Amino acid sequence: MNVTAYDPAIDAPAHHHGIYDYDSGPPVERGKFAIWLFLATEIMFFTGLIGVYIVLRSGSAEWPDPMERLAVDITALNTFILITSSWLMVRSLFSAQQGDQAGVLKWLGATIIGGAIFVGIQVYEYMELIDHGSLPNVDIFWSTFYAMTGFHGLHVVVGVLWLCAAWVKAARGGYTARNYLGLELAGLYWHFVDLVWVLLFTIVYLF
Amino acid sequence: MSADTKRAAAPEPNYITANYGIKSWLLTTDHKRIGLLYLISISVFFFIGGAFAVLIRMELLTPEGDLVDSETYNKLFTQHGLIMIFFFLVPSIPAVLGNFLLPIMLGAKDLAFPRINLLSWYVYTVGGLVTLYATATGGVDTGWTFYTPYSSTYANTQVMYTAVGVFITGFSSILTGLNFIVTTHKMRAPGLTWFRLPLFVWAQYATSLIMVLGTPVLAITILLVALERGLGIGIFDPKLGGDPLLFQHLFWFYSHPAVYIMILPGMGVISEVISCFARKRVFGYGFIAFSSLAIAVLGFLVWGHHMFTSGQSVYAGLVFSFLTMVVAIPSAVKVFNWIATLYKGSISFETPMLYALGFIGLFTIGGLTGIFLGTLALDVHVHDTYFVVAHFHYVMVGGMVMAYLAGIHFWWPKITGRMYPETIAKFAAVVIFIGFNLTFFPQFLLGYVGMPRRYHAYPEEFQVLNVMSTAGASILGIGYLIPMGYLVWSLWWGKVAAANPWRAKGLEWEVPSPPPTFNFDQTPVVTEEAYAYAADDSFVETEAAKPPTYPSDPKVGADS
Repeated sequence: MNVTAYDPAIDAPAHHHGIYDYDSGPPVERGKFAIWLFLATEIMFFTGLIGVYIVLRSGSAEWPDPMERLAVDITALNTFILITSSWLMVRSLFSAQQGDQAGVLKWLGATIIGGAIFVGIQVYEYMELIDHGSLPNVDIFWSTFYAMTGFHGLHVVVGVLWLCAAWVKAARGGYTARNYLGLELAGLYWHFVDLVWVLLFTIVYLF
Repeated sequence: MSADTKRAAAPEPNYITANYGIKSWLLTTDHKRIGLLYLISISVFFFIGGAFAVLIRMELLTPEGDLVDSETYNKLFTQHGLIMIFFFLVPSIPAVLGNFLLPIMLGAKDLAFPRINLLSWYVYTVGGLVTLYATATGGVDTGWTFYTPYSSTYANTQVMYTAVGVFITGFSSILTGLNFIVTTHKMRAPGLTWFRLPLFVWAQYATSLIMVLGTPVLAITILLVALERGLGIGIFDPKLGGDPLLFQHLFWFYSHPAVYIMILPGMGVISEVISCFARKRVFGYGFIAFSSLAIAVLGFLVWGHHMFTSGQSVYAGLVFSFLTMVVAIPSAVKVFNWIATLYKGSISFETPMLYALGFIGLFTIGGLTGIFLGTLALDVHVHDTYFVVAHFHYVMVGGMVMAYLAGIHFWWPKITGRMYPETIAKFAAVVIFIGFNLTFFPQFLLGYVGMPRRYHAYPEEFQVLNVMSTAGASILGIGYLIPMGYLVWSLWWGKVAAANPWRAKGLEWEVPSPPPTFNFDQTPVVTEEAYAYAADDSFVETEAAKPPTYPSDPKVGADS
């Protein structure tokens, strides 16, 4: 390849320090690009899990009515809390874009509390079920139930921890009206986890 | 020579001499150093996996099960497969050559996420250590495929630890793939449009797509096996209403595309090497580039051809058989294009070219026998026989390992700044080629006449072919030890390499050998297509291709 020196007027800041100088790609931050790819892997992960559920359920002679086995009302409330936390997350990012640090902390804190309540209620649900002898090794209904809600629950826990880290960074003034990418990435992950839950709630609890 | 000129001619620091000490390597974020960390790790795993192969071939020397009992034998082939696939073949070219070359080929200073790159190596190492722990504490005997219900219910070996090790290592693949995709999109130098990229980059890009989209499915599958053993979750347990066959679907949904993770990067290397040593532009650039993507996409649609005899629906089998024929087309497109590239080229037979030509022949045999296996009726006859073993070794060893060695030799001067010794390297390439064919060609015959795989004893009429195979394996084993020896030797005593010893085209040959830490002083501007070899450009050593002479280095004077 024929190589000539790049125009230093354009290339100026990169010399020998930064890792990058020229942006050839789509107009999106590389962090956001990466998080979308990461979410693609997560989609494949849950697609595998949900696919297993659909195959096993459609292949089984009879499937118990989830309404009789699960406390749908309290989980519906839990679903509402998780969806609300997604809205709180949007408010938090909006505050960051306005440069309103107090707003970020308030709304992000509320998001974290919402996530924590979700995890708490799920743990409570698990404890009740285990008390009644509904263990994962009882039948395929409980096997798939624990596998799906369990892996989702782990994702919520990771999400809450991630949001906590973002909160600490926000408290130290890490996000400004011009630089809020980290918060946005945490938010994308959080919305993804909520979206998966809407799917799981629908197919595991409602139908 | 006076002291002044000595000082003036002293070499600039490169990525190896930039700083010293174990910490500067273990905490490095330099893609080139991380490539070397991977090179060392996967070489260790290659020789561990190879040791298991040696034991397998020794047992199969005689019809009786005399060296090891059948249970130990099950562990031997399982460990061999596991280690070679997950810890050598999958990371080999992407993590070593891809890490080293991708940013340089793009005209970038590093990958998009250097710290994630380092993290991927640590993740790989932790996964590898967990798996080695499982190996050392008894090993696993399920076959590398972990088929249920044996793996989930009956096996009494270290399935759990091995599954966790493979699961962890999967993340290093995902992180590498993610990093490569973002880098290829965002960090191409000015003028380096998609259709000016080296085909190696296209191959890495297609591989990365599979890594990102396929690996998570393996992750969930293998976790479900581990959970079945640990918590009694019955996804694959028919007693609870689960389905053991479902495991095979999920497993091959990753593991068939994983075959393309293992071969696509090798195809990328071959495109580079063939065009350089034929001194010709690659024939049909666009076809080769898009065939990589086509293989990546179609590879996700053929997993059922592993399950023709598993009780899968015949109609599903028909569709999978048809799609398997379709995926052969882009692979054949590549082979035809390489041959057309060779046609009327000024071919010279340096070591990388020997390996590349070996690749074309062996991959063609491996690919065509894949068509046999993808044919519904024939597969019923040869399924789970040595025909299958021979087929995938022709692709994985005859294909990928040959391509890996071609790439290692081709870019060795760039990576280390030293030339490998050409004569002995050519000798080793020939030894490997002969040893390989003697090992695996008899296995086609064995399989066709009905010797099943994964047994430690066999009827006496199979012995002659098995002895040939074991003899070939001995030659192959020695063949692999020779490069190990002279490549290490060359680090100290090899000739100092020029920036571009092959007079090859491509940005990596525009920077010094070894490159400085940030690769380029200034962001390069690309004004030409890849492989702009002139029509009458035969390979002769010119002044430009001669190594620089540093009078301060006494070894140089002696050699050149």
